[in-house]
This record gives sequence, structure tokens and C-alpha cells, in this order.
Amino acid sequence: MNINNVIQSLLFLAVLIISIKPLGIYMAYIYEGKPIGINVWLVPIEKWLYRISGVDSETEMPWKEYAIAMMIFNIIGIFIVFLLQRIQAFLPLNPMNMPNVPEDLSFNTAVSFATNTNWQSYGGETTLSYFTQMIGLTVQNFVSAATGMALILPLIRGFMQKQKETIGNFWVDLTRSVLYVLLPLAIVFALVLISCGVIQTFRPSIKTSLLQITKNEKGDIISEQTIALGPAASQIAIKQLGTNGGGFFNVNSAHPFENPDALTNFLELIAILLIPAALCYSFGYMVGDVRQGMALLAVMLIIFIPCLLGSVYFEQKGNPVFKNFNIDQQATNLQPGGNMEGKEARFGIVNSSIWAVSTTAASNGSINSMHDSHTPMSGLIQMWLMQIGEVIFGGVGSGLYGMISFAIVAVFISGLMIGRTPEYLGKKIESYEMKMASIMILIPPILVLGGTAIAVVLPEAKAAILNHGPHGFSEVLYAFSSAGNNNGSAFAGLGVNTFFYNISLGIAMFCARYFLAIPILAIAGSLSKKKIIPVSQGTLPTYTPLFVTFLTMIVIIVGALTFFPALALGPIVEHLMM
Amino acid sequence: MSKSYKQKSLFEWAIIGPAIINSIKKLDPGHQIKNPVMFVVLIGSIFTTGLFIQALVGQGEAPANFILAISLWLWFTVIFANFAEAMAEGRGKAQADSLRKVRKDTPAKKLAQNKYGTNHTIVSASTLSKGDVVLIEAGDAIPMDGEVIEGVASVDESAITGESAPVIRESGGDRSAVTGGTRVLSDWLVVRISTNPGETFLDRMIAMVEGAKRQKTPNEIALCILLAVFTLIFLLACVTLLPFSIYSVLTAGHGVPITITALVALLVCLIPTTIGGLLPAIGIAGMDKMIQANVIATSGRAVEAAGDVDVLLLDKTGTITLGNRQAVAFLPAKGITAELIADAAQISSLSDETPEGRSIVILAKEKYNIRARQIHELNAKFIPFTAQTRMSGVNLGDGRQIRKGAIDAIENYVKSLGGFFPEELKTNIESISKTGGTPLVVAEHKNVLGLIHLKDIIKGGIKERFEELRRMGIKTVMITGDNPLTAAAIAAEAGMDDFLAQATPETKLKYIRDMQAGGRLVAMTGDGTNDAPALAQADVAVAMNTGTQAAKEAVNMVDLDYNPTKLIQIVEIGKQLLMTRGSLTTFSIANDISKYFAIIPAAFATTYPVLNSLNIMHLATPSSAILSAVIFNAIIIIFLIPLALKGIAYKPMPANRLLRNNLLIYGVGGLITPFIGIKLIDMLLVALHLV
Repeated sequence: MNINNVIQSLLFLAVLIISIKPLGIYMAYIYEGKPIGINVWLVPIEKWLYRISGVDSETEMPWKEYAIAMMIFNIIGIFIVFLLQRIQAFLPLNPMNMPNVPEDLSFNTAVSFATNTNWQSYGGETTLSYFTQMIGLTVQNFVSAATGMALILPLIRGFMQKQKETIGNFWVDLTRSVLYVLLPLAIVFALVLISCGVIQTFRPSIKTSLLQITKNEKGDIISEQTIALGPAASQIAIKQLGTNGGGFFNVNSAHPFENPDALTNFLELIAILLIPAALCYSFGYMVGDVRQGMALLAVMLIIFIPCLLGSVYFEQKGNPVFKNFNIDQQATNLQPGGNMEGKEARFGIVNSSIWAVSTTAASNGSINSMHDSHTPMSGLIQMWLMQIGEVIFGGVGSGLYGMISFAIVAVFISGLMIGRTPEYLGKKIESYEMKMASIMILIPPILVLGGTAIAVVLPEAKAAILNHGPHGFSEVLYAFSSAGNNNGSAFAGLGVNTFFYNISLGIAMFCARYFLAIPILAIAGSLSKKKIIPVSQGTLPTYTPLFVTFLTMIVIIVGALTFFPALALGPIVEHLMM
Repeated sequence: MSKSYKQKSLFEWAIIGPAIINSIKKLDPGHQIKNPVMFVVLIGSIFTTGLFIQALVGQGEAPANFILAISLWLWFTVIFANFAEAMAEGRGKAQADSLRKVRKDTPAKKLAQNKYGTNHTIVSASTLSKGDVVLIEAGDAIPMDGEVIEGVASVDESAITGESAPVIRESGGDRSAVTGGTRVLSDWLVVRISTNPGETFLDRMIAMVEGAKRQKTPNEIALCILLAVFTLIFLLACVTLLPFSIYSVLTAGHGVPITITALVALLVCLIPTTIGGLLPAIGIAGMDKMIQANVIATSGRAVEAAGDVDVLLLDKTGTITLGNRQAVAFLPAKGITAELIADAAQISSLSDETPEGRSIVILAKEKYNIRARQIHELNAKFIPFTAQTRMSGVNLGDGRQIRKGAIDAIENYVKSLGGFFPEELKTNIESISKTGGTPLVVAEHKNVLGLIHLKDIIKGGIKERFEELRRMGIKTVMITGDNPLTAAAIAAEAGMDDFLAQATPETKLKYIRDMQAGGRLVAMTGDGTNDAPALAQADVAVAMNTGTQAAKEAVNMVDLDYNPTKLIQIVEIGKQLLMTRGSLTTFSIANDISKYFAIIPAAFATTYPVLNSLNIMHLATPSSAILSAVIFNAIIIIFLIPLALKGIAYKPMPANRLLRNNLLIYGVGGLITPFIGIKLIDMLLVALHLV
């Protein structure tokens, strides 16, 4: 690592940390219904939305009703995106005359976007019409993120409320998240991106002559290239902000029209972690003790920062095999040095590494470099950040509730260790909460390890692995880690647009999202019914450095113990063999 | 307090012998399935045994002696866990047996009518049922639990309480309950049987110590869920390792896939066998500890709840203060000398056999050197205290009439004789009340002589105990019938957090309900019938064994000694129980890190030899590495049995510090210990040429 590496990493962290508090307070105001400008001005729109959709915004729902509303909304969303792809050829805004998308791919994409995963088996510019991208995918980018936020709110209420059956109104939580948080941020961000050169147009792709004529594998002369265009900025803004990650173009934010320069790259980077980080603050603010939110944020940062620095370190160190060929990998004024394979020259080592770590820590999944080409250790960091359940920032809302499920386990064990029935934020943690938190911790490993195990056994799934040795194994493991934790980034090197992967990853994404969402609502409902235990000398404070350390250890140990054997056969052995 | 059940030394041959046999008997899968973690180990043991047989008769996946070694140690793991449980049960059984001796079938004198002196028939105690009335005379054993409806007798309860001094049992009041198995020493009792056969106190006690009726407590259930999840996660990690390994061999082009034996070994090492194996023992040992503290809990749930208590309600009299008040000063009225009032007070108290009366005599003697006279020398007539007059006194032969009593009683008395109550005494009365004392007024005929300052004497050392409770995060509340002024003073002197003055059954009940509505867990001790509603409402309720049947039925714990601060000990036992479980869970999980470093490089030695750089313990060979991990995993259970039975020492301190200490010992310790242990076992195996 050199000075440049360190300065860039620190600048990124500094800007991120500074923006947490203002946005955190803003969101807390929005959700507590306190007036803060926009939610006064736009109230007529909010009311109008409820009126035309027949929502009784005053009635709160018990957790089961809330869960049913959430599921109905999401399943309808999946169905609409599926349908749009299946009939896009007949719909407007299709200047490139894209044909209808096959069933398995449509299913995969529909689930992927509704679950906030945004795994892409398709290539955006070669598969989807502008209409599908805008009405199907961009809309899901908003509402899947809003669903995540609407899942954390009942949990917060569960901690705050005393012996109450209801946990809020799903439609209200969803509407407010979109209208007052996601839309304003996305509009501003999209305009900034456009001003920096990200495209936003309905024009069809353009064909131009190549400056340098080349030949393809068959020996045919290639003299022309197609430059894809489209309404990209409007999708990219929310893709970054809503931890979605599904790029408008196939190469995602490595594409110059999605991410033209260092400034857009920096802003898009901040946008990845912005809302998940700020939600920690909102959480603390709303439960009446900011320290509680800061403690969870601290756990995230304690794991995130070493991962970030580790990735930068291993990438900058370069590929040890190259030393045998006398290839200079030192950073100098003339070259960035390190492992530049699969990276954009305009971003270099640091910005590619920060992105890779941020996008896998948060369940964003957008990329600006090819993760497959990262060093094995950097690849390990990315995989592991997903495998620990997308709780280090994680998805909008989902990352925080995932972390809280770990906190419940930590509180339980530490509660026993001090000889007291465990309590978190004044609510007793009993067997029902443990059962639900256990399901949340158990589902992702089942999907990741189970899916990978099937894929390395089935001949048709094995055929899709393009690399041999441990790297090929890593590719499969990465794919299921990504889908099984709703991340959406890909390691590449794996032909995933096949029937097996489209369906199996689709199922993994569905289970990873909703089989965790329902238990968290159940926890919210159960906590809401409980009394609040007043704090005493015997209460274990859950904001102290000690508890933060303990929670960090629980997250690391559970994640490490579960995936160590698999990682040992993938990136670890690959690293040792280099 | 005398202890009949002495702390048994941890390993007694009388217990170990049967425990070894029982730990084999417990291999029954029907028993094991109750404990998912150990059930998985049992399945693994059976599986590897099968693999061993396969290796013997034909082509095995690994050398037969290696599979045998692993298989044997897996069996040992199950047996060691069974042994821990059997040890805990054995200790309980030893006590149950001594209790059972008490429950011989005794003849009982069943009365035809509910009255002393009616005809009785001799029947066997076991045929008695609830509602029957029996006569028990001196020398008879009390056949079953019941309520005295007539008579007074001294009863030897040493069989139950271990207290050798006989106790008085009489009808009415708070001393009317008798326990089956105890013996009447003098006089007679007519007792109405209050339980059916098999449900008596003694039966409950035996069931409790034997663990026969042991149900999992709420926290135990939650912990079992967590352990099941860890088991499932590791099952998943190990099961999927087989396809991963097959694929790796395929893609690497050399090596052999991981053996099933190694996978089973890895699985057993990873799942939380340490806590899983010791969990039943911890629970049984907790019960056993309660018995040793001479407390009978009706359920494990109650013991556990005791650890969570955050409000403690204690009766003032007998708990916080010595049962009796003592005279500390005489305050004369205007124009009266101190000697005069001291003399009058002493004379009026000569025949007053109450401790208060005696303390007045002593005070007068010590402070004013007034020698106690004989009551017959004075030709005096003693006027005893009655609830109606609320005063006592003497009428002397020379016509003097001395009375002492409560303020309003004396005031009425002197006024009825044409006297008046001196106003200046009122300020004295107030200042006595403020300091927690009780003023008694002394009057001679219509003249008020002055006041006697009676003071509650706070029990020695009680303040320190309350301080200890405060450090545990428990709030102490005094319940008293005194007025608020007096109550506040005593509560302050005893260092209590709050008080409930002029308490009635209703106010006690309301106080508890309010506390509970605020999310607090309330514990209470009581023994009177009028405590029963409040006891039933409290989350943890402790009655004295001497308490009334109503009180005993309303509680979830009965204290066999009359020791009201026993609650503190109960809370500690409850906390210890949870702490032992939590700490061993942490220890168990922390252990896993080292086991990966031992087994993963060994398991993939042929496929990816480079993984040997993870063999940071430098274990000799792949098979010695796997075997060492399995052996460590088994014998750590044996090493931790004493800890599971004794429990982790609890010292009151803030939660954060307690957690830090336990994390350092069991978390960090759990991380490091197996690295050392596995390495040592590996060195030993190599030294003995076993691998």
C-alpha cells in the first residue's frame, strides 16, 4: 500500500461518515411523521396516493397482516416485471427491437429486481427494451429498496411500543420511503450524474466505424462498433442509492456512460453505503438512544475497514506469479502498479478495491471492475462479506435488520453470561425471538452451501464453469453467495444464463429475501407485545465497546465457521498456490 | 442456620459407580433424541462403527485402526456427556433417598368427626386423601401434609429442615401447617389433610431432586434452539464439504476426496458438544444447589426467574429488623424527672414478658440504676395488653395505677379520667417517629409522665446485603404496617431503596402489579395467610416452611429454614445457572476455530497439499491431527463436569464488568485452550507411537 491508497481510502470513509448523521436524522423525522419540509409540501400527493389506491392509512396492521401486504406487493411486482419482459417486443420504447425474453431468464430477472438483488443473467443493452428497463427494473429499484425500509420500521416500533398488537401500516411505510426518501435523493443524484456525463436518452444505439480495424476469432474483419445508449442516469441513481446494483449496461459501472470519471465514481461509491449507514443513525434516533445505532454502525465499520484496506493491499501487491516473468508491478508516477487486470484505467487500484468491498459489504452488487480478476484474497473478502449475511451495511433496511438478528443472538449469549434473561433495548429476548433470529441466520448458509454443492455435482451446472481448479469453484461459490444473500454482483467466469442457474439462483434470491423478511416481522410483532423493562444496574448496556466487540466477534465467528471449509477450497487454496 | 445436606464432595465413589453404569444405559437413542447435539454425535458414532466394520471385512475408506480410533472417541464423547448427566442425577438421587426414608408408610388415626376426642380408626397413611381429619398424638409421625385445626404441639421437623430444635404448631394463625414425615413430640394435634397421596410436599421434593419432573426452563429452551441452529449450520458445512471435495479432486486432477470418517470427526468437533453434553447436568445441579440451600423450588422455571428478579419485597419485622423493638430512652413530660418515669415504666413492665417489656426493665436498670422489684412485693395486679384497650400496666397495692401504651390509647385514657395530654410531648413523639422509633406513653392515673422511645433494631450485616443486591441491579423494598414516617426512617437506616408503609394485602397486591406493569420482575417473601394474594402475584415467591398452607400454596419456593434473606442466595443460584450455560456456550463455540485449523489441512492433505500452511499447530500427521481434535473434544467434557456441577462463581458487579470477565475467561480462554490441548494430545499420540 502506498500513501495514495491510504489517502483515497480515508477520504472515502470521511465523506461517508460525515453524511450519516444529517441523512439519519432526516429519515427519522420522515418516519416519525415530524415535519421536515418535503413531507409537508408533498402531503397532498401522499394523501392522494392513498385515496386512489383505497389504502386506509390510519389503520395499523398486526405483523401477519403487514407481512401479507408486503408479500402481495412483492409478488405482484415479480409478476409485472416477468410479464414486461415476456411481451416487450409488443410494447413501446423499444428502438433496438429487442425480442421477448425467454421464460427462465425473465423469471430470474423479475425475482432478482423485486428482491433488491439485481443479479443480472442478461446483458442490459442486448436484451431489454428501454420500456422494460424503466417501467420494470427502475420501478423495482425504488420499491424493492422501499420494501427493505418498510421492513426495518416495524422492528423499530417493536422496540419502542409497549404491549401493542400492531406494528404499523405497510402501505404508509412504503409510500413514505419512496416519496420522501428515495425519490428526492434519486432525482438530485440523477441530475448530478447527468451533468457529469452519464447519459439519459431515448435514442437508439449508434453505429460508428472503428478507429482500428480488427478481426474476430473466425478471421472476419470487424470495422464497425455499436455504441449502446439509453435512459441510464435515472436508473443508475437509484441503483446506487437503493443497494440495487443492476446496471443499465452489461458491464455496470465500469461502462463510461454509467460512470464516466473519478468524480462520478466517488459519488456513486458514497451512494452505495449512504442509506444503509444512515439508517443505523435513524434506528438509534428513533429508539431514543443514538448510541444504540452507533454501536451497530461501529460493528459494521470494524469489519468493513480492515476488509477495505485488505483488498487495497492485496490488489496493490499484485500477482506473485508475474514476478517470475520480471513484470514490474510497482506503483510509479507512470503506472498504478499492482493487479490491474479487469480494472478500468480511469479508476485504478484503490477505487476499484473500495468499490468491490463496498458493493459486497452493502448488498449493492454493482461493479466498476471485474471481480473475477481480483486477487484471490480480495475475492475472498468480497465473498465473505456477502456470506456473513449482508449485515455489514447490507441492503437498504435489510442490512440493519440482519445485523439486529445477530445482535439478538449476541444479546442472548451475553445475557446468559451475566446471569439474566437477555434483553435488548428493554425487550426480553425469549425462545420465540431466538427461533426467528435463528431462521434468519440459518437460511443464507443453506442457500449458499446447498446451492454450490448441487452446482458442483450436476453435470449441466458444472459445464457452465469456465475456469478450472479452485478458481472455478470460487466462481460457483461466489454466484450462490451473491444470490443467497441478495447481493447481485457476479464473479463472472460462469455462464449463468442457463436454465439451471436462472432457476436455482432465482429461487435462492426469493428465499434469501422473503424467508428473512417474514421472521423479522414476526420478531417485530412479538417484541411489540412485550413490556419494556426499565434499565437497572443489572441491565447489560448494548452500546459499550465491550458489546460492540462481542457482536463483532459473533458476526465474524458465525460467518467464518460456516464458510471456512468452502473458502479454504476456493480462494484460500488459490492464494496459497500462487 | 444448620445445614442438614452438607455440600457433597464432587466425586464420591458411591455416586460415580452407578453414574458410569447409567452413562452406558443412557446411550438409548430414545433418551438421546431429547438432546439434538448429542444425538448427532450418537449417529456419528454408529456411522463410523459401520465404516470400521466395512474396513475390517473389505475395502475401507481409510485404515481400519484409524476409523476405530475415531469411532471409539466419538462413543466416548456421548458417554462422557451421559456421565455428566448421570453424575448430577446421582447427587440428586442420594438426597432423594435420604428423604424417602422419611416417607415410610405410617399408621394414621383417622377421626370420624372434625373434633378432638371423637372416635378414631387406625388406617394406613397412604389411604388418606384430601379433606380427611386425623389425630396425631405425642410420638406419632404426621402422616401427610395438612393444616392444624385444633390443638398445640411441639413438632420435630428435623427430617425435612435439618433443624433439630422442635417447632410449635398450632391451629389458626401463621403456624398451622404441618408437613408429612415430621413427628409430634408433645401434646396432640387435629390435622385436616390438605394433599392427596403422591402430591405431598415430600413427594414434590423427591421428584424435584431426582429430576424426574424436570422440564426445560424458558432460557434453556431458547438456548437449545440456538444450539440446534449451530448444529444445523455445521451439519450443512460438513455435508456440503463432500461434493466440494469431490469437485476439487476432479478439478485438481489428483488426491482423494475427504473420507466420511474425517467428515464425521469434523462435524462432531464443530457442533457445540461441550455445552450440549453438559446442559442437562447444569440444570440438575442447579436444583441440587437449591436443596443444599434448604430451599424447595416447585419448578426450574422459578429458579431461573429468580436470577432475573429486579425488585425484592421484604417484610420489615424479622427480616430487616430483629423481631422486637427495644427501649432506648425515657423522655419525661414537663415537671417530671427522668427517674420517675423510668421507675413507673419499669414497674408497669415487670410482668410484661414481651421482649419490649423486658427491654424497658433493663433500660431503667442500666441507665437509672433502678433495680427490678418482685411483682408480688408490690402487691400489684398486672393489666395485660388487649387489642381493645391497646395498653397494659399495673394496679399497685398502694392504689397507684400505671398504664403504658399507644399515644391515642393513653390520650383517651387520661382524658376519660379528667386529665389532659401535654402538648409539648407531641414534638417529641414526632421526632421519635421520624427516626423510625415507636413512642410509648406512660401515664399514672390521669397524669402523663412521659414517653418511652422504642426502637427497631436493624439486623447486623443486613445493610451490606442490600448493598450487594443493589450492585446486582436489584431494588429492595420494605413492607411494613408502620406509618410512612417510621417506615422511611427504618428503610433509610437499613439502606433500602423504597418502602411500602401501612401495608395491607390489597396495597401489597397493587404495589406488585404496578411494578410488573412497569416491566419489573418481583420477588417476595412471606408466610402469613394475608400474604397469599401478593405471593401468588409475585414472579418469585418464597414462603417459610413454617408458613400457613395458604401461603405455601401461593409460592413457587419454600424455604426450609426461617431465613428471610435466603432470597439473595436464591437469586445467586438462578444467576449462576444462566451464567454457567452462557459461558460454556461461548467456550464451546470459541473452541471451533482451532478445530478447523487442525482438521481442514489434514482432510485435504492429498488434494491440496498447500493447505498444510494452515496447520499452524504443526500437528504430526493428518490422522494424528484429526484424532487429537476428536480426543480433545471428548475429554474437555470430563474436565468441565466439576464446573457444570458447581456452577460459575457469581460476584455482584455491574453487568458490563461481569460480561467482560466471563468473556475473557470463557471466550478468549475457549479460543486458546484447544490450540494448546490439541497440540499436547498430538505430541502424546506421537510419543506413544499411536499414530
